[in-house]
Amino acid sequence: MTVKEKIMSETSHPFWLMVEKEISDHVRSLRLIIMVVLIALTSIATVYLALGSLKDAIKPGDPEGSFLFLKIFTASNGSIPPFHVFIGFLGPLLGISLGFDSINSELGRGTMSRLLAQPIHRDYIINAKFVAALIVISGLFLCLGLLVTGWGILKIGILPTFQEFFRILALVVLTIFYVAFWLNLAIFFSIRFKQASTSALASIAVWLFVTVFYGMLVSLVARSIAPSEFAPPGRIIAYQKLVQNLGRLVPSQLFSDATTTLLMPSVRSLGPLTMEQVHGAIPSPLSLGQSLLVVWPQLTGLIAATVVCFALSYRAFMRKEIRSR
Amino acid sequence: MGAEIIRLSGLTKEYGQQAVVRDLDLTIGKGEIYGLLGPNGAGKSTTILMIMGLTEPSSGTIRVAGIDPVRQPAEVKRKVGYLPEDVGFYDDRTGLENIVYTGRLNGLTASAAKTRALELLERVGLTDAAHKRAGTYSRGMRQRLGLADVLIKQPEIIILDEPTLGLDPEGLRRFLSLIVALSRQEGLTVLLSSHHLQQVQQVCDRVGLFVAGRLIAEGNIRELSKKLFSNELIAYEAGLYRGVRTDGDWIPLRSRAADAVRNTGGVRNFHVEGDRFFWESDIESGHEIARKMIASDVDLSYLNRKEYGLDEIYHRYFSTVAKS
Repeated sequence: MTVKEKIMSETSHPFWLMVEKEISDHVRSLRLIIMVVLIALTSIATVYLALGSLKDAIKPGDPEGSFLFLKIFTASNGSIPPFHVFIGFLGPLLGISLGFDSINSELGRGTMSRLLAQPIHRDYIINAKFVAALIVISGLFLCLGLLVTGWGILKIGILPTFQEFFRILALVVLTIFYVAFWLNLAIFFSIRFKQASTSALASIAVWLFVTVFYGMLVSLVARSIAPSEFAPPGRIIAYQKLVQNLGRLVPSQLFSDATTTLLMPSVRSLGPLTMEQVHGAIPSPLSLGQSLLVVWPQLTGLIAATVVCFALSYRAFMRKEIRSR
Repeated sequence: MGAEIIRLSGLTKEYGQQAVVRDLDLTIGKGEIYGLLGPNGAGKSTTILMIMGLTEPSSGTIRVAGIDPVRQPAEVKRKVGYLPEDVGFYDDRTGLENIVYTGRLNGLTASAAKTRALELLERVGLTDAAHKRAGTYSRGMRQRLGLADVLIKQPEIIILDEPTLGLDPEGLRRFLSLIVALSRQEGLTVLLSSHHLQQVQQVCDRVGLFVAGRLIAEGNIRELSKKLFSNELIAYEAGLYRGVRTDGDWIPLRSRAADAVRNTGGVRNFHVEGDRFFWESDIESGHEIARKMIASDVDLSYLNRKEYGLDEIYHRYFSTVAKS
């Protein structure tokens, strides 16, 4: 029996069949190809420039000197932002493009009621959409991370240490979670709104608000409640913390905090540090475990946001009455 | 009517305050072709959705092949094929791929699904288009592909929601005869909803008339018309054959024939339009009048007793419902 015959003679679980079909839809779609080309081009540009400015990035006595490899992801000559910032920018777009029409397009084409007439559970549909897009995203970012690593090895001739490698993997996992959040948000809008264009616009509006306007809003609020220069240090610290925590209400801030910590091992804290806390500390990089501890709240926050979005979509979908178009 | 396969009792569906389906009792036998007729918004689609377990009834019970679709929707969907109104396919996949996917979702292996899909496509006359993208299909082809899609799971019952909508007359005729053939050959029970009365009349064993969420009448066409028109007069129409007679000859002859008809017992509402006579009668009067006409030297080109079709039945029910 050849492999093909074997595949042909097996029955698959309907859920995995649906995932399979969704993945092949994604892979064939022009939309994904455009996004992949966009991400690939920006990655090539940023990594190329980072490699070029690598020798300037390492200063003598820099505690991160031993993490030369990670500089590929963070270095930039100032003309364009580094790799991790770009991924933080394009990742949400990828998530949105994979999710914004997942449910409403099925409704609009009239395939939803046909699908629901098959002996499958209703939640398979939304779960399959999510899992398929997640698999596509994971594959994409894993490839991207490994390709950049490989390119770096070829170019600078130094192998990444285990720690560096695991930091890169952690970055990939983090990016997947971050994109999954946007994916779920887009799926939620695709259930809520009948028109694919409305849900795409709504998702992009949220994305713009979060990445551009929210920061402005926070600094506006911060300025209006700023304590005087002569306020006691306790108040100033409390104020700083408040402003930071306001900023962290949005997932993009969580993502950028987390990537910075993972890629720059010398980052010891994401909050304000007092002189007392820093006093006596040796300016050495943190171990991977310690860095992960620092970003643990960010990571759980991102996962929680993803789960909340998915739960909302799930609920909305299960309660939606599906009639023919 | 064979053993019952679908039974609805006391079925009610309310959206907020408004009842879309009210206290519906309906039994469909195995192998029957049952037509659900009614205007738009009468609750036909909602009833179908409830039978499929896609919508929960507000009250009442449903049994489909002994299964309760509220509790075991997946089991019902295994036995029932459902063709939704204005069915859609994945436009960027071929017709074959579309129904193979459905077959595999129903637990067929890839090769079994493909074999069966090709068989069905041949049966519905889509062999040539099997490898074309479904997006290029015409309305009639989509409908036939939908039928293949419904049949690939080898259902016991098929439910077609407005299957005749948007088909041209020839496509419609072929589609309906396909359904009848399938039902007769494979003992399939067919439930179809429609407002195309003429065609439904031709294919259905029984019909149910649906108005404003209620089933107001049920039975086969003859039963329905008997029930409705039993106290009615029988309407006749006769066409006279003039031949080559001149006006001078013909007009007196015609008025003599008209008098003969008018004076026959039981004839009412007699009137003449050109060379045609119309009258109503409370007893069978056609044979007698034909004899009288020929006796008065007037030839008949036709004599017609009006049969009540579904259109009239439908119309009549509507006017009675509107009045009440």
